[in-house]
Amino acid sequence: MATSVNGSQLHHIVSRAQSLFDDLSFSAAREWKAAAPDRKVVGYMPIYVPRELIHAAGMLPLGILGGGDQLEVIHGDAFYQSYICRIPRSTIELGVSGRLDFVDGMLFPSICDVIRNLSGMWKMMFPQVYSRYFDVPQNYRDDIGGNYYINELAELLHDLGELRGKPVTDEELRNSIAVYNENRRLVRDLYALRAERPWQAPAAEAYLVLRAGMVLPVEQHSELLRDYLAAATAEDRPRRDNCRIVLTGVFCEQPPLNLIKSLELAGCYVVDDDLLLVTRWLTSDVPVEGNPLENLALSFLHHSESTAAKYEPDLKEKGQHLVRAVRRTSAEGVIFACPSFCDPALLDRPMLQHVLKDANIPYVAFKYAENSGQMQPIREQAGTFADSIKLWSGT
Amino acid sequence: MTVIATPKAGRAKQVSKDDSMLKQKEMMAAHYDRLTNAAETGEKIASTFVPGNLNELIMCFDLVNNLPEVNAIQSGLRRQSGAYVLEAEKIGHSEDVCTYVKSDIGMMAKGNLAPNGKRFPDPDVLLLSYTGCFTFMKWFELLREQYKCETIMLHTPYMGDGKFTKNMVEYMVKQLKEEVIPKLERVSGVKFDIDRLREYLKKSVKAEDNLVKVLQSAKNKPSPIDAYFGGIYYIGPIFGAFRGTDDAIDYYGSLRAEVEERVAQGKGPVTPDGDMGKEKYRLVVEGPPNYTNFRQFWKMFYDEGAVVVASSYTKVGGVYDLGFRHDPDNPLETLAEYCLGVYTNRNLPQRIDMLANYINEYEADGLLINSIKSCNSFSAGQLLIMREVEKRTGKPAAFIESDLVDPRYFSAANIKNRLESYFQMVEQKRAGESAAA
Repeated sequence: MATSVNGSQLHHIVSRAQSLFDDLSFSAAREWKAAAPDRKVVGYMPIYVPRELIHAAGMLPLGILGGGDQLEVIHGDAFYQSYICRIPRSTIELGVSGRLDFVDGMLFPSICDVIRNLSGMWKMMFPQVYSRYFDVPQNYRDDIGGNYYINELAELLHDLGELRGKPVTDEELRNSIAVYNENRRLVRDLYALRAERPWQAPAAEAYLVLRAGMVLPVEQHSELLRDYLAAATAEDRPRRDNCRIVLTGVFCEQPPLNLIKSLELAGCYVVDDDLLLVTRWLTSDVPVEGNPLENLALSFLHHSESTAAKYEPDLKEKGQHLVRAVRRTSAEGVIFACPSFCDPALLDRPMLQHVLKDANIPYVAFKYAENSGQMQPIREQAGTFADSIKLWSGT
Repeated sequence: MTVIATPKAGRAKQVSKDDSMLKQKEMMAAHYDRLTNAAETGEKIASTFVPGNLNELIMCFDLVNNLPEVNAIQSGLRRQSGAYVLEAEKIGHSEDVCTYVKSDIGMMAKGNLAPNGKRFPDPDVLLLSYTGCFTFMKWFELLREQYKCETIMLHTPYMGDGKFTKNMVEYMVKQLKEEVIPKLERVSGVKFDIDRLREYLKKSVKAEDNLVKVLQSAKNKPSPIDAYFGGIYYIGPIFGAFRGTDDAIDYYGSLRAEVEERVAQGKGPVTPDGDMGKEKYRLVVEGPPNYTNFRQFWKMFYDEGAVVVASSYTKVGGVYDLGFRHDPDNPLETLAEYCLGVYTNRNLPQRIDMLANYINEYEADGLLINSIKSCNSFSAGQLLIMREVEKRTGKPAAFIESDLVDPRYFSAANIKNRLESYFQMVEQKRAGESAAA
């Protein structure tokens, strides 16, 4: 059977994203660094860092999301008890095994106590690497949390300037904000396509394309997104009789790719999720004119995603982001997939479930680890959930 | 010292109680009565946490401090937490998360009874001092969902670089001035008086000075105190609802006098079975204890002649022995700096420095880590801490595992085995050192 030009293009894009995903040595980032002298790479962990600052310093922001299900963890397990999640141990493994030996800096965002403590471990284990715990405000007033955050951003920017040997200018930062605005717009387009016609952009495929943004320079990633959107939209793909679900809880330790595939195979189109939130943490364009740090700070305070690591000051708003996601995407249910021992996701889950129950939205929950191998129970659970939605919804 | 005859199944057992113990017991009982009588007295209740506890500020608004962690500990000590944890899991809380939270949630579901058998009052305000533990934030969101009362967030930035900055302090002071205090005024109906805060802070300093003397008395040989199992009792008033009160000044004054008397007499610590026998091993302990089998756990130490001379857990509500004192001249800044400096808000290199220094300063034989299954704030990174402290001090370290208030994770035989092996290791190390000398 002949392959269409578009189909071949789509295949090429997804294959490239898959090989970036599979490459645990981060060859693309290494090649980027080696292409010019003085280039530097700064790694970051979930859920959010302002990548604009790293980009403005002429550096490559590199998303470090653990080792997935293909990395054999040998050293990492010696650093963690069995009751701690998997992502820090595989991240240590990446470090100890030399896979991150080209990384000049590491940022550990404020997400949970495990990642927080990992920031101190990194200082001890890799003293030659610049590493910083990146705190964000839990107070959303411009004059309180906003001022604090602007100063934190300024400190980080100063450090990055030191790392490259030259201060970062406002103009460089404005340029980076514009570049990332473009990237976020494309990511939003991708999510809009999935919400509208999920069969055109299967979840696992969309995930791979999004994940490529963790290792590619943002300009290249935007190009990849544009190409994928064009190719996926043009492709003639069959629509299945699947239900539509929102996937939540997957914001830090990544589910195995097979888990994402399994959900759709089990009859659930994933029309929204909280995977790789850094790519769309800021929900609207950051103003380019004016004080760039202030613009980033205000966007963080007033136009950013809701997730378990963020305090919700208003009880009435708690969990409503999930209800809105369901309504916006015409989803029929929510799947809570939480990594084992993940405090933020697991502590938040009962509250979110209460909100969904009040809104009459069905849900199901299970746990995973990044190296979970057995998908049959998840397929069965998701399949039963899909069947129950098909059979019983609206009755 | 007062001797109390405790009637027990036919034969009276003599339990020694120092005056300070009796005083503390009275203080705690009176506090629980004050909490549970709030509906009658009209007093308003502020729930808050031990790390970042702003008791002096809370008292400025005539609010009564209620600490969910301490309630969970009380449930653990009374062997009630197991059922509470199961209850919370039954209503949808994960088996993987903090058992303090689940004990608290389960207790609410089962009638919310205080240690005096009366019902805890619903809080009028939740003062979420978000210090050194991510779980706190979710815990208070869960409580807010239950009580639907005013909730105040005081965000304490983490000392990721091992120091606090001007920006962090200013951020906290601004939160105190513009969010915390106005909301506490609104809830309580009491206007904030900064001079009243200063007076409470002056009292805090007196108690803090005496607490430090008590903790540092463990440098003596034999140590007159156990700075972990006994230390948990010693920190009770100052980490709870009494910092800034005359009661705390009296308590720590009399505790210090008793401890100094023990030093003068060359005595070791008081244990539940009376004075400890000969001191054989001096340990530094990292991590919280298990509360469901607290006495059994402690007995495994004193039966072997092991005394804990310093511990990190007794610093979760303030690291006074490293020099911090509340400063009445800078009342809001000092509250901010207090929160920033508590043990669990310190980065891993700081924690390692502290533990290694304790081993040297208190001439300890080694480090023991009690790793808590459901406490990531403490537990994540402890294996690196163990190796690093061992490397720096040349003293042996050991690792045991249990949980805070979930009895399912306390395995007495395993822990006893590990401790016995550890004490053998210490003996071998000593023998090696003697042979080399």
